[in-house]
Amino acid sequence: MNTLGVARWQFGITTVYHFLFVPLTIGLAFLVAGLQTAHHRSRDEQWLRLTNFFGKLFLINFAMGVVTGIVQEFQFGMNWSAYSRFVGDIFGAPLAIEGLLAFFLESTFLGLWIFGRGRLSARLHLATIWIAALGSLLSAYFILAANSFMQHPVGYRFNPERRRAELTDIVAVLTNRVAVVTFAHTICSAFLTAGAFVLGVAIWQLARHPTRDAAAFRKAVKLGAAVCLVAAAGVAASGDAQAKVMTEVQPMKMAAAEALYDTRRHAGFSLFTVGTLGGQEELYSVRVPGLLSYLATGDGDGTVDGIRDTEAAYRAKYGPGDYAPNIPLTYWTFRLMIGVGMLAAAAAAWALWAIRGQRLPSGKWAVAAAIVLPLTPLLGNSFGWIFTEMGRQPWIVFGLMPTASGVSPSVSLGEVLVSLIGFTLVYGVLAVIEVRLLIDVIRRGLPPLPASTGAPGASADDKRRLAFAY
Amino acid sequence: MHLTTIWFALIAILWIGYFVLEGFDFGVGVVMPFLARDDAERRVLINSIGPVWDGNEVWLIVAGGATFAAFPEWYATLFSGFYLPLFLILVALIFRNVAFELRGKRPEATWRAAWDRAIFFGSLVPALLWGVAFGNIVRGVALDRDHEYVGSFLDLLNPYALLGGLCTLSLFVTHGLVFVSLKTRGDVRVRARASARKAGVVAAVIAVAFLGFTYLQRRGAEHLGWFALLAALAALCLVGALIAVRAGREGWAFLGTAGTIALAVASLFVSLFPDVMPSSLDPAFSLTTTNAASTPYTLGIMTWVAVVFTPLVVLYQGFTYHVFRRRLGVDDLPASPTPPAEPVASAR
Repeated sequence: MNTLGVARWQFGITTVYHFLFVPLTIGLAFLVAGLQTAHHRSRDEQWLRLTNFFGKLFLINFAMGVVTGIVQEFQFGMNWSAYSRFVGDIFGAPLAIEGLLAFFLESTFLGLWIFGRGRLSARLHLATIWIAALGSLLSAYFILAANSFMQHPVGYRFNPERRRAELTDIVAVLTNRVAVVTFAHTICSAFLTAGAFVLGVAIWQLARHPTRDAAAFRKAVKLGAAVCLVAAAGVAASGDAQAKVMTEVQPMKMAAAEALYDTRRHAGFSLFTVGTLGGQEELYSVRVPGLLSYLATGDGDGTVDGIRDTEAAYRAKYGPGDYAPNIPLTYWTFRLMIGVGMLAAAAAAWALWAIRGQRLPSGKWAVAAAIVLPLTPLLGNSFGWIFTEMGRQPWIVFGLMPTASGVSPSVSLGEVLVSLIGFTLVYGVLAVIEVRLLIDVIRRGLPPLPASTGAPGASADDKRRLAFAY
Repeated sequence: MHLTTIWFALIAILWIGYFVLEGFDFGVGVVMPFLARDDAERRVLINSIGPVWDGNEVWLIVAGGATFAAFPEWYATLFSGFYLPLFLILVALIFRNVAFELRGKRPEATWRAAWDRAIFFGSLVPALLWGVAFGNIVRGVALDRDHEYVGSFLDLLNPYALLGGLCTLSLFVTHGLVFVSLKTRGDVRVRARASARKAGVVAAVIAVAFLGFTYLQRRGAEHLGWFALLAALAALCLVGALIAVRAGREGWAFLGTAGTIALAVASLFVSLFPDVMPSSLDPAFSLTTTNAASTPYTLGIMTWVAVVFTPLVVLYQGFTYHVFRRRLGVDDLPASPTPPAEPVASAR
């Protein structure tokens, strides 16, 4: 156990945890904005009650995303000071822009949205949630641009005198093709996550309380399922595009995704493998012929470089060393990511079929599906990030800085341990509280509408009263 | 003017924005257990900062991000050097923020009392530790040739820095009390005003002592005269605020405490310049606006971003304060989000 190992565990735990909330928050912000827009247009109260219900769930999530996000920003300096010194000239800019452009928008307008009903005109109140949603989208772009620099550094030069990477072209950093495809993939999966959440919650309501607000929740099922299906198609298409970019800029990661040791034409994609993944003959696997070649190159007969050749090429370029990531980890996270994502799409299709006509989903299986469904994209998101970050190893900035050189030299093992254990405990406690609270809110179902405070007949006292307060 | 100087000033402005804004919501969190007599009054206090605290906190995130972008060496040294205090601040902020959101979501008294404690400690710890951190920055810490912090955690708890912590805490408490007296109606307002008068005197004594010590600490600094001027103005502002509190002019009092915090923070930054983190081992090891800075190219881009977007942020945050400008009283609050009797019939 050393500082580097503990710091990596901390980054992994805090980041995966943070990213449980982020995609759900981004997707739900737009879905809640959509629900409120539907009410604004149709004046149908069911939409408003759905807005309030999912709005509440959204806010609980948002709070968790915000607090775990602050840790992320501080963590670079705290545990990875050598990395921060090395890339700060480039990496800091998107982070600062993210705060200035996106976080201010998100937090300020969300504050207006939460407390502003009855204070702001209906139109302006509707605008605030859209602006907050837009803020979350901007935020995603800038942080992914920063991450993409670590995957595929562009727009920089190395300054030997200051021993650091320096920005030469901000446009190149912000239009990094890795950033563009990663943004598309991440946002599509955010919608998949939110769609599956809405769908799961709505199915649960229909299955458990078929007589309680069934009409409203049928709408929610349709909305959630439609979002799921469209988003899943987007996830697949953007993932395909991302795989091709990855093959070009990080060939090792693609080879590691399949545990492909030897360069091969018409390379297959294994659904699973029984064996060691250590480069020996596998015991058993189920393979789709040519699929890996297609993913990597767009041609089923294309050539995919194997781990051995790629490592030899890296050694020639970067000097002696071990350049392969943890192969079993990358292999399994890659397929589990795809598998659970597809599961969510299949469940969405099933849900639409289950409520056809005037039918309601019912029975133990529907309840079980409703509970599992929202979890699948969460797992998929986690596997995806574990794959992409672990697949980059041993680099912290691909080709420029090894992860081992990035850790803070002045921080002791004891300090990092304190913070690893501390954050893990705090996050664990928060997870329990958060889940119980979400279940609480979900169980209660749609909240009744508050007495209309803006109505013409309302007394002066009613008008003073806030429509919402903590 | 050099881009590095501009960015030093911008970082100072971001911290000033953070302390002036989050200062009062920290203050409200710290005084809540003493000022509020029941759940309804606690809710008045929490909701007086409800729509704005999150936006206030983003000033910190942007200050951190901007330091990373403009002065990566400063960011790296500061955050890795002040490791445990920052860890404590983060944990405090986590619990505090979650508390605001979750406190009202369940009716049980124990649930609310637990989150009230989170709000209290979550406000107290950062209010104290930010002062300790800035005290240490100004005093200088053990930085080696590579700008790495080589001191220990206990070195950070020196008397001068601790006085700095008490200074921020007492100023934020006063600022928070003045805010409460400005933003509420009824008994809470009366009590807040009375407490503000007492807290203000304590804050004035501590602030004068801290700034006086700072003068001694920074003897030989390049801009000591400017520091003294700003520090004196900060003290004057606080006196003005106290007079305004006595006269019942709460708006002026709030401007006064806001001005005090802004000027005091500005004075600390001026006392540092052109250092950003002096080394106590050897002045040659100090981090300065030059050796900690990013390239002119990066600073240039970031300047444009800051010049365009900071005023916009001030504008829409100002709009929020305008929308929620009215005073809050116990009878302005809707029924608690989850009334104890009948959980099914809750009203949002």
